[in-house]
Amino acid sequence: MKNDKQVLGPDDVRRATTRMAHEIIERNRGLDGVMLVGLQRGGVWLAEQLGAEIARIEHPVPVGSVDASLHRDDIGLRPVSPGSVSEIPDGIDGSVVVLVDDVLFTGRTVRAALDAIGEYGRPRAVQLAVMVDRGHRELPIRPDFVGKNLPTSLDEDVRVTIDGVAISGTGMSGGSS
Amino acid sequence: MKHLRSIDELGLDGLSRLLDLTEHMAEVNRRPNPKVPALRGKTVCNVFFEDSTRTRLSFETAAKRLSADTMTFAVGSSSLNKGESLRDTIETIGAMGVDAFVVRHGSSGVPWQVSDWTSGSVVNAGDGWHEHPTQALLDCFTIRTALGRSDGFDGLHIAIVGDIKHSRVARSDIAAFTALGAAVTLVAPRTLLPPAVDDLDVTVVDDLDEVIADIDVLYLLRMQRERMREALVPSLREYTSRFGLTPARARRLGEHALVMHPGPMNRGVEMAVDPSELPGSVITQQVTNGIAVRMAVLFDLLGSGPRPPVEPRPEEETS
Repeated sequence: MKNDKQVLGPDDVRRATTRMAHEIIERNRGLDGVMLVGLQRGGVWLAEQLGAEIARIEHPVPVGSVDASLHRDDIGLRPVSPGSVSEIPDGIDGSVVVLVDDVLFTGRTVRAALDAIGEYGRPRAVQLAVMVDRGHRELPIRPDFVGKNLPTSLDEDVRVTIDGVAISGTGMSGGSS
Repeated sequence: MKHLRSIDELGLDGLSRLLDLTEHMAEVNRRPNPKVPALRGKTVCNVFFEDSTRTRLSFETAAKRLSADTMTFAVGSSSLNKGESLRDTIETIGAMGVDAFVVRHGSSGVPWQVSDWTSGSVVNAGDGWHEHPTQALLDCFTIRTALGRSDGFDGLHIAIVGDIKHSRVARSDIAAFTALGAAVTLVAPRTLLPPAVDDLDVTVVDDLDEVIADIDVLYLLRMQRERMREALVPSLREYTSRFGLTPARARRLGEHALVMHPGPMNRGVEMAVDPSELPGSVITQQVTNGIAVRMAVLFDLLGSGPRPPVEPRPEEETS
């Protein structure tokens, strides 16, 4: 990737994670019934990091993961490569599920994940936490907790890891403002 | 992947891909509502020219859990009895809009013929003595989960016992087990070995007691009674005493060893103990896993990647 541009460093990602952990606790007035569910594959590490932060601030909450590839709306249009097998914590009925993903883009993965979660039970509420919101939504979905808003062009690629956030792309760069 | 007709056609990569995908399908089956919308709008047609309970029901359940529509073609009440050819039958059903045919037939090679007559995918659910690839996949998945071997079967010793010659299950299992790295020993009387056994990557013995203590998996095949009439086996009693799983042999099995059988079982013949009392029996898991494996196969055929455009049939065939 030629035009790799580092947007956030490891410290920025760590601080954003801590802030989001506080926001999740604040929004829910504690952690009663809260569980974190990372989206396969990119959201799983972030769910674990948020879980560790929340445990440090208050107390541990259940952390799981969901693979939504069998609920996608583009099945048959592209090759499917599922991540690891879903591990949904017990007791989803009446809980507050915080879905966690690294990047929020079109919103289609989140829609598929909402459908997948619904197969396990009926949460009291579902919230969405993402490290990067890059815009270009194709569905009426918005995040509740955001690490960084990052305007991008469609042909750019956003990569989020625990070591930072980088944009690369074939476009004229300069996506972020 | 367009068709699943044999294990060789699938290759090691395809085998590993399908076994990984099966883990996801097994997770779906453990959910309170074991159904996903993945194959909405697709139609799967079961065409069984031979009797079957578990395979047909297993495919039907698999298709329904993926939200595909299913049709079952019952040969007994069909126009085949009015002399319609197999080809015309397949083309007629295909014209109703079928995305996948699941075919079982008494003759080897029929799934390959059927795939020439349809633009849909073809799954071999057993053709003659030739292949039964989804059985091999579910056997591999059962061993993989029971022994925790998602990395392959290197170092595993599997004995397949019984009528190897007439068994499509054995043929597919040998291909799949050896592809994954297992050492396979065939245990059978000379009369029930396939003619080309020397070309297979297997060891052959004619005495089960020789290997029973050092195997990880004991795979018993169904002993078909008609073999007696063909004088390939002197008597059921003698078969049991030499090749059956008797209480004495069950005691010699290793502590971790699995006992498998493709069904339907002949109790008192190849299975001379009550399998529910064998700690290593995974025979019911085989049936359960069959659904997940067939979901993985149907999803891989119909749900992964764009379908290639349908090629128009040459005109010369129309009449």
